[in-house]
Amino acid sequence: MDGAFWDGVADVVSAVLLLAGAFLAFAAGVGVVRFPDLLARMHAATKPQVLGLILVLLGLSLRLRSWGAVATLALVVIFQLLTSPVAAHMVGRAGYRTGKVQTAHLVVDELTRDQDAADLEIVGEHPGDEPGSSRDASTPSGDPSAPPR
Amino acid sequence: MTDTVYLVVVITAAVLLGAAATLAVVRAERGPSMLDRTIALDVFTTTLVGAIALEAAFSRRTDTIPLLVVLSLVGFIGSVTIARFASVEPEGEGRIRTPEEVAREDAERRAAEEGERDAATDPDHHGTSADGEVR
Repeated sequence: MDGAFWDGVADVVSAVLLLAGAFLAFAAGVGVVRFPDLLARMHAATKPQVLGLILVLLGLSLRLRSWGAVATLALVVIFQLLTSPVAAHMVGRAGYRTGKVQTAHLVVDELTRDQDAADLEIVGEHPGDEPGSSRDASTPSGDPSAPPR
Repeated sequence: MTDTVYLVVVITAAVLLGAAATLAVVRAERGPSMLDRTIALDVFTTTLVGAIALEAAFSRRTDTIPLLVVLSLVGFIGSVTIARFASVEPEGEGRIRTPEEVAREDAERRAAEEGERDAATDPDHHGTSADGEVR
Protein backbone atom coordinates (compact mmCIF):
# COMPACT_ATOMS: atom_id res chain seq x y z
CA MET A 1 0.00 0.00 0.00
CA ASP A 2 2.62 2.45 1.14
CA GLY A 3 5.02 1.54 -1.68
CA ALA A 4 2.28 1.86 -4.27
CA PHE A 5 1.41 5.29 -2.90
CA TRP A 6 4.98 6.57 -3.22
CA ASP A 7 5.23 5.07 -6.70
CA GLY A 8 2.17 7.06 -7.67
CA VAL A 9 3.65 10.23 -6.20
CA ALA A 10 6.90 9.70 -8.13
CA ASP A 11 4.95 9.15 -11.34
CA VAL A 12 2.95 12.34 -10.88
CA VAL A 13 6.04 14.41 -10.08
CA SER A 14 7.86 12.93 -13.08
CA ALA A 15 4.88 13.77 -15.33
CA VAL A 16 4.95 17.38 -14.11
CA LEU A 17 8.71 17.64 -14.66
CA LEU A 18 8.47 16.16 -18.17
CA LEU A 19 5.73 18.62 -19.05
CA ALA A 20 7.77 21.54 -17.75
CA GLY A 21 10.83 20.44 -19.73
CA ALA A 22 8.80 20.00 -22.91
CA PHE A 23 7.28 23.44 -22.38
CA LEU A 24 10.75 24.97 -22.10
CA ALA A 25 11.74 23.29 -25.37
CA PHE A 26 8.60 24.68 -26.98
CA ALA A 27 9.41 28.16 -25.66
CA ALA A 28 12.88 27.86 -27.16
CA GLY A 29 11.37 26.93 -30.52
CA VAL A 30 9.08 29.96 -30.47
CA GLY A 31 11.91 32.22 -29.38
CA VAL A 32 14.28 30.94 -32.04
CA VAL A 33 11.73 31.65 -34.74
CA ARG A 34 10.41 34.98 -33.49
CA PHE A 35 13.42 36.78 -31.98
CA PRO A 36 15.05 39.34 -34.25
CA ASP A 37 18.81 38.77 -34.06
CA LEU A 38 21.51 36.25 -33.27
CA LEU A 39 22.08 37.02 -29.60
CA ALA A 40 18.36 37.04 -28.79
CA ARG A 41 17.97 33.67 -30.51
CA MET A 42 20.92 32.30 -28.55
CA HIS A 43 19.26 33.51 -25.37
CA ALA A 44 16.08 31.62 -26.23
CA ALA A 45 17.96 28.52 -27.33
CA THR A 46 19.77 28.06 -24.03
CA LYS A 47 16.59 27.59 -21.98
CA PRO A 48 15.98 23.92 -22.80
CA GLN A 49 19.69 23.20 -23.07
CA VAL A 50 20.24 23.40 -19.31
CA LEU A 51 17.05 23.85 -17.27
CA GLY A 52 14.82 21.97 -19.67
CA LEU A 53 17.26 19.09 -19.91
CA ILE A 54 17.59 18.89 -16.13
CA LEU A 55 13.81 18.88 -15.72
CA VAL A 56 13.25 16.19 -18.35
CA LEU A 57 16.01 13.96 -17.04
CA LEU A 58 14.81 14.40 -13.43
CA GLY A 59 11.38 13.34 -14.61
CA LEU A 60 12.86 10.35 -16.40
CA SER A 61 14.88 9.23 -13.38
CA LEU A 62 11.86 9.56 -11.10
CA ARG A 63 10.01 7.30 -13.48
CA LEU A 64 12.81 4.74 -13.91
CA ARG A 65 13.81 4.70 -10.20
CA SER A 66 17.08 2.83 -10.74
CA TRP A 67 20.43 4.16 -9.62
CA GLY A 68 22.30 3.03 -12.73
CA ALA A 69 20.04 5.08 -14.97
CA VAL A 70 20.28 8.05 -12.62
CA ALA A 71 24.09 7.94 -12.78
CA THR A 72 24.07 7.99 -16.60
CA LEU A 73 21.53 10.79 -16.68
CA ALA A 74 23.65 12.81 -14.26
CA LEU A 75 26.53 12.27 -16.67
CA VAL A 76 24.40 13.72 -19.49
CA VAL A 77 23.60 16.78 -17.39
CA ILE A 78 27.29 17.26 -16.49
CA PHE A 79 28.33 17.02 -20.15
CA GLN A 80 25.67 19.52 -21.12
CA LEU A 81 26.67 21.93 -18.35
CA LEU A 82 30.29 21.72 -19.50
CA THR A 83 29.71 21.97 -23.22
CA SER A 84 26.82 24.36 -23.76
CA PRO A 85 28.65 27.45 -22.38
CA VAL A 86 31.61 26.65 -24.63
CA ALA A 87 29.40 26.28 -27.68
CA ALA A 88 27.49 29.48 -26.85
CA HIS A 89 30.77 31.33 -26.37
CA MET A 90 32.07 30.13 -29.73
CA VAL A 91 28.86 31.03 -31.54
CA GLY A 92 28.67 34.45 -29.92
CA ARG A 93 32.31 35.17 -30.69
CA ALA A 94 31.91 34.09 -34.31
CA GLY A 95 28.77 36.22 -34.56
CA TYR A 96 30.63 39.24 -33.24
CA ARG A 97 33.56 38.71 -35.57
CA THR A 98 31.39 38.30 -38.61
CA GLY A 99 29.38 41.41 -37.86
CA LYS A 100 26.12 39.76 -36.80
CA VAL A 101 26.06 41.61 -33.48
CA GLN A 102 24.83 45.18 -33.58
CA THR A 103 27.01 46.81 -30.96
CA ALA A 104 24.69 49.82 -30.72
CA HIS A 105 22.06 47.63 -29.05
CA LEU A 106 24.38 46.28 -26.38
CA VAL A 107 24.21 47.58 -22.82
CA VAL A 108 27.70 46.40 -21.92
CA ASP A 109 30.20 45.94 -24.73
CA GLU A 110 33.50 44.90 -23.23
CA LEU A 111 34.83 43.20 -26.35
CA THR A 112 34.70 46.33 -28.50
CA ARG A 113 36.35 48.33 -25.72
CA ASP A 114 39.12 45.78 -25.27
CA GLN A 115 39.68 45.51 -29.01
CA ASP A 116 39.95 49.27 -29.27
CA ALA A 117 42.49 49.27 -26.45
CA ALA A 118 44.47 46.52 -28.20
CA ASP A 119 44.35 48.44 -31.51
CA LEU A 120 45.69 51.52 -29.79
CA GLU A 121 48.56 49.54 -28.29
CA ILE A 122 49.51 48.02 -31.62
CA VAL A 123 49.37 51.36 -33.40
CA GLY A 124 51.54 52.78 -30.63
CA GLU A 125 49.39 55.58 -29.42
CA HIS A 126 48.80 56.25 -25.77
CA PRO A 127 46.05 54.00 -24.46
CA GLY A 128 43.18 56.04 -23.13
CA ASP A 129 44.09 59.00 -25.28
CA GLU A 130 40.88 59.03 -27.29
CA PRO A 131 39.18 55.75 -26.51
CA GLY A 132 36.32 56.14 -28.99
CA SER A 133 38.25 57.40 -31.98
CA SER A 134 39.94 54.22 -33.10
CA ARG A 135 36.67 52.68 -34.22
CA ASP A 136 37.07 54.23 -37.64
CA ALA A 137 40.74 53.37 -38.00
CA SER A 138 41.46 50.39 -40.16
CA THR A 139 42.58 47.27 -38.41
CA PRO A 140 46.35 47.51 -38.07
CA SER A 141 47.06 43.95 -39.08
CA GLY A 142 45.24 44.36 -42.38
CA ASP A 143 43.85 40.87 -42.02
CA PRO A 144 41.55 40.33 -45.02
CA SER A 145 39.38 37.94 -43.09
CA ALA A 146 38.71 40.51 -40.39
CA PRO A 147 35.19 41.81 -40.91
CA PRO A 148 34.21 45.45 -40.64
CA ARG A 149 33.33 46.15 -37.08
CA MET B 1 -5.97 5.11 -13.79
CA THR B 2 -2.53 6.57 -13.26
CA ASP B 3 -1.36 5.06 -16.52
CA THR B 4 -4.06 6.85 -18.50
CA VAL B 5 -3.14 10.17 -16.90
CA TYR B 6 0.50 9.50 -17.66
CA LEU B 7 -0.34 8.73 -21.28
CA VAL B 8 -2.16 12.05 -21.61
CA VAL B 9 0.81 13.89 -20.11
CA VAL B 10 3.24 12.13 -22.45
CA ILE B 11 1.12 12.97 -25.49
CA THR B 12 0.94 16.63 -24.44
CA ALA B 13 4.69 16.80 -23.92
CA ALA B 14 5.25 15.06 -27.26
CA VAL B 15 3.10 17.65 -29.01
CA LEU B 16 5.10 20.45 -27.37
CA LEU B 17 8.38 18.83 -28.38
CA GLY B 18 7.14 18.28 -31.92
CA ALA B 19 6.18 21.94 -32.20
CA ALA B 20 9.60 22.94 -30.85
CA ALA B 21 11.38 20.74 -33.39
CA THR B 22 9.24 22.11 -36.23
CA LEU B 23 9.96 25.71 -35.23
CA ALA B 24 13.69 24.96 -34.97
CA VAL B 25 13.65 23.50 -38.47
CA VAL B 26 11.79 26.59 -39.70
CA ARG B 27 14.57 28.79 -38.32
CA ALA B 28 17.23 26.51 -39.81
CA GLU B 29 15.58 26.92 -43.20
CA ARG B 30 15.20 30.70 -42.95
CA GLY B 31 18.71 31.39 -41.74
CA PRO B 32 19.68 34.09 -42.52
CA SER B 33 23.21 33.28 -41.37
CA MET B 34 25.11 30.07 -40.71
CA LEU B 35 25.17 30.78 -36.97
CA ASP B 36 21.39 31.10 -36.81
CA ARG B 37 21.15 27.69 -38.41
CA THR B 38 23.62 26.33 -35.88
CA ILE B 39 21.52 27.59 -33.01
CA ALA B 40 18.38 26.18 -34.58
CA LEU B 41 20.05 22.77 -34.94
CA ASP B 42 21.16 22.98 -31.30
CA VAL B 43 17.56 23.47 -30.29
CA PHE B 44 16.62 20.56 -32.53
CA THR B 45 19.20 18.30 -30.85
CA THR B 46 17.98 19.30 -27.41
CA THR B 47 14.42 18.57 -28.46
CA LEU B 48 15.53 15.18 -29.71
CA VAL B 49 17.13 14.45 -26.34
CA GLY B 50 13.87 15.46 -24.69
CA ALA B 51 11.86 13.21 -27.01
CA ILE B 52 14.06 10.18 -26.37
CA ALA B 53 13.88 10.79 -22.63
CA LEU B 54 10.10 11.14 -22.87
CA GLU B 55 9.78 7.83 -24.70
CA ALA B 56 12.05 6.13 -22.18
CA ALA B 57 9.92 7.52 -19.37
CA PHE B 58 6.74 6.33 -21.00
CA SER B 59 7.84 2.73 -21.56
CA ARG B 60 10.23 2.57 -18.55
CA ARG B 61 13.18 1.45 -20.65
CA THR B 62 16.82 2.15 -19.90
CA ASP B 63 18.48 0.96 -23.10
CA THR B 64 18.07 4.27 -24.94
CA ILE B 65 19.87 6.28 -22.25
CA PRO B 66 23.33 5.99 -23.93
CA LEU B 67 21.76 7.78 -26.91
CA LEU B 68 21.27 10.81 -24.66
CA VAL B 69 24.97 10.88 -23.78
CA VAL B 70 25.98 10.63 -27.42
CA LEU B 71 23.52 13.30 -28.57
CA SER B 72 24.57 15.79 -25.92
CA LEU B 73 28.20 15.45 -27.05
CA VAL B 74 27.58 15.42 -30.80
CA GLY B 75 25.50 18.60 -30.69
CA PHE B 76 28.36 20.38 -28.97
CA ILE B 77 30.96 19.26 -31.51
CA GLY B 78 28.75 20.30 -34.39
CA SER B 79 28.07 23.82 -33.19
CA VAL B 80 31.67 24.47 -32.14
CA THR B 81 33.00 23.31 -35.51
CA ILE B 82 30.58 25.49 -37.46
CA ALA B 83 31.28 28.49 -35.24
CA ARG B 84 35.01 28.01 -35.66
CA PHE B 85 34.78 28.20 -39.44
CA ALA B 86 32.13 30.90 -39.63
CA SER B 87 33.09 33.55 -42.13
CA VAL B 88 31.65 36.80 -43.42
CA GLU B 89 28.91 35.94 -45.83
CA PRO B 90 27.87 38.39 -48.53
CA GLU B 91 24.46 39.94 -48.05
CA GLY B 92 21.66 37.69 -49.23
CA GLU B 93 24.04 34.78 -49.72
CA GLY B 94 22.84 32.81 -46.73
CA ARG B 95 19.41 31.78 -47.90
CA ILE B 96 18.01 29.02 -50.03
CA ARG B 97 17.21 30.19 -53.55
CA THR B 98 13.96 29.60 -55.34
CA PRO B 99 14.06 27.38 -58.46
CA GLU B 100 13.49 30.42 -60.73
CA GLU B 101 16.51 32.20 -59.27
CA VAL B 102 18.64 29.11 -59.67
CA ALA B 103 17.55 28.78 -63.31
CA ARG B 104 18.29 32.45 -63.98
CA GLU B 105 21.74 32.22 -62.39
CA ASP B 106 22.50 29.08 -64.36
CA ALA B 107 21.48 30.77 -67.61
CA GLU B 108 23.66 33.79 -66.82
CA ARG B 109 26.65 31.64 -66.02
CA ARG B 110 26.20 29.57 -69.16
CA ALA B 111 25.96 32.71 -71.29
CA ALA B 112 29.15 34.04 -69.69
CA GLU B 113 30.94 30.78 -70.40
CA GLU B 114 29.79 30.80 -74.03
CA GLY B 115 31.03 34.33 -74.45
CA GLU B 116 34.38 33.39 -72.96
CA ARG B 117 34.76 30.43 -75.27
CA ASP B 118 33.88 32.53 -78.33
CA ALA B 119 36.44 35.13 -77.29
CA ALA B 120 39.13 32.50 -76.77
CA THR B 121 38.92 31.02 -80.29
CA ASP B 122 40.99 32.88 -82.85
CA PRO B 123 38.88 33.65 -85.95
CA ASP B 124 41.95 33.31 -88.25
CA HIS B 125 42.78 29.81 -87.17
CA HIS B 126 39.45 28.13 -87.16
CA GLY B 127 38.91 25.28 -89.51
CA THR B 128 37.90 21.72 -89.65
CA SER B 129 39.97 18.81 -88.54
CA ALA B 130 42.46 17.23 -90.88
CA ASP B 131 40.01 14.53 -91.65
CA GLY B 132 40.09 13.60 -95.38
CA GLU B 133 43.24 15.47 -96.36
CA VAL B 134 45.92 13.91 -94.25
CA ARG B 135 45.25 10.33 -93.61
